[in-house]
Amino acid sequence: MADLVQVRAVTKSYRRGGETIEVLHGVDLDIARGDFVALMGPSGSGKTTLLNLIGGLDTPTGGAIVVDGRRIDRLSSGELSAWRAAHVGFVFQFYNLLPVLSAQRNVELPLLLTSLSAAERRRHAAIALALVGLADRARHKPRELSGGQEQRVAIARAIVSDPTLLVCDEPTGDLDRATAGEIMALLQMLNREHGKTIVMVTHDPKAAEYASRRLHLDKGTLIADGAGA
Amino acid sequence: MRHPVRALAQIAQITLINLRSLPQRLGTSLVVVVGIAGVVGVLVSVLAMGEGFRHTLASTGRPGRVIMLRAGSDAELSSGVDRDQTTLLAALPAIARDGSGRPLASAELVVMVDLPRKGESHPNNVPFRGVQPGAFAIRDELRLVEGRAFRRGVREVIVGRKAAQQFAGLDVGSRIAFRDSDWTVVGTFATGGDVHESEIWADAEVAMSAFRRTGYQSMTATLADGSQAGLAALTAAIRRDPRLSINVLREPEYYAKQAGVLARLITVLGYTVAAFMAIGATFGALNCMYSAIASRQVEIATLRAIGFGGAPVVVSVMIEALLLALVGGAAGGALAYVYCDGASLSTLNFSTFSQVAFDFRVTPALLGQGLAWALLIGAAGGLLPAIRAARLPVTTALRAV
Repeated sequence: MADLVQVRAVTKSYRRGGETIEVLHGVDLDIARGDFVALMGPSGSGKTTLLNLIGGLDTPTGGAIVVDGRRIDRLSSGELSAWRAAHVGFVFQFYNLLPVLSAQRNVELPLLLTSLSAAERRRHAAIALALVGLADRARHKPRELSGGQEQRVAIARAIVSDPTLLVCDEPTGDLDRATAGEIMALLQMLNREHGKTIVMVTHDPKAAEYASRRLHLDKGTLIADGAGA
Repeated sequence: MRHPVRALAQIAQITLINLRSLPQRLGTSLVVVVGIAGVVGVLVSVLAMGEGFRHTLASTGRPGRVIMLRAGSDAELSSGVDRDQTTLLAALPAIARDGSGRPLASAELVVMVDLPRKGESHPNNVPFRGVQPGAFAIRDELRLVEGRAFRRGVREVIVGRKAAQQFAGLDVGSRIAFRDSDWTVVGTFATGGDVHESEIWADAEVAMSAFRRTGYQSMTATLADGSQAGLAALTAAIRRDPRLSINVLREPEYYAKQAGVLARLITVLGYTVAAFMAIGATFGALNCMYSAIASRQVEIATLRAIGFGGAPVVVSVMIEALLLALVGGAAGGALAYVYCDGASLSTLNFSTFSQVAFDFRVTPALLGQGLAWALLIGAAGGLLPAIRAARLPVTTALRAV
């Protein structure tokens, strides 16, 4: 399978006070199209930093990142915004739904950045909600949903614009075991049945078992790469 | 911004989200609204005072009428025109005549009398004007609204409507005492809200006798030809006569000059007070918008992560700040209108050292000016927080749960 993501000699450092802290030290990584990768490692190992770089939320200090044939490390902030809107779906640990919008309107948000009409946006959002099993909750506000349902809405929002890549940061970190299993099963279904390439950060070995590949980082370096489910 | 329509949709959507979350930030939002309402309310009220004062003086007089003062005098109180001069002036052909051939002119005496405001004991300078019979013919705007006109040769007065409202003891039938003389109030008159409504009028000859004067202060007359040529003819005739050292001004020009100093002072006072309040309100708006952004940084970061641009975030925060400012401005303007418009007040005119009664005038232009101030404060208070919102580091803000 062709590589969707290519990470080459990527370094990332931050300035904190007068000190430069290097979080990633020359990471090399290839992720095939249709892969489901779990990034694991202790706190501070650089896994979320690497996820943010792959998702175009941040830019590396050195090295190159190519996604679907495009060097995203060279894009400006505005170009990265446009690129993310077209190619990446995000799932966050705390769902990050907008509390004043219904589930339907939350899911529609990424489509506001497309040329779809209002009716088409509603139709696409309804399909995405149906796919995550929440067609009957479209009019509910986030506070009227359980944690698992909120994360399903967040997943529907992530897939509604049919992105190339799904980037998930601790998607089960705020859920109980049973609900976490349901969410992981949903992500696995999106990967297997809909061909979505997923890169996920998790501390949870159980969640990582749903991935087809598990990568371990420690102190900013990839130390292990193993097959999963 | 790739497509203007989509950019507008982004702005509209983010603005709607911001506005829908307002009830959760009611306290801080009210600080902005109330602060700006205070600024606009005070600004419009004070300027309405200046506007009312200016309007009262500016609406006094007609362009076809002139006031004649001693050369070098800029107000009636510092002027002096003797009897012979008034006779010569009235006889000039540039002065209009009535059907019987009498000149449409009135030589007038102005003195200040002490009267307390209603409910107070401290005396105020109220203008007392002695007028000749021609005064009623030349001032066709004058209407008796109660009682009757004073009789010639008798110590009777008629009182301007606003003077009667503001000062004690001026009801029709009352007797008032000035300088050892008692006067009976026999009527109340109106002159369309102009400065004469703050005055007390009596027969000029009786007034001169009571106040022991031998001359007048001014002469007011109707021009035979109200055009510039008519005024020039009168001025030239006066200059030709060595016995007349007289200045001629059209009435509106004269009263506009009388309004100048105090109207400017009130306006400067209004702007100064409002400027200080505006600085406070701007900080209030800044604080509110910064806290609004702090409380929504995860939402903003999420929208940025999804792909929303920085510009729509800036514009939407600015729109929210401007809307809050607009609500505050409208509330302040409405309060000023409800509580001030038409309210009567009297104050000392520095040019004449006499009390002028006038009504606050909250005009559409003043309300517009109040809203402009409100929007300016909103813009100043919203801009920096809006820029901060757009520059929020997405990866950091996403973790600020």
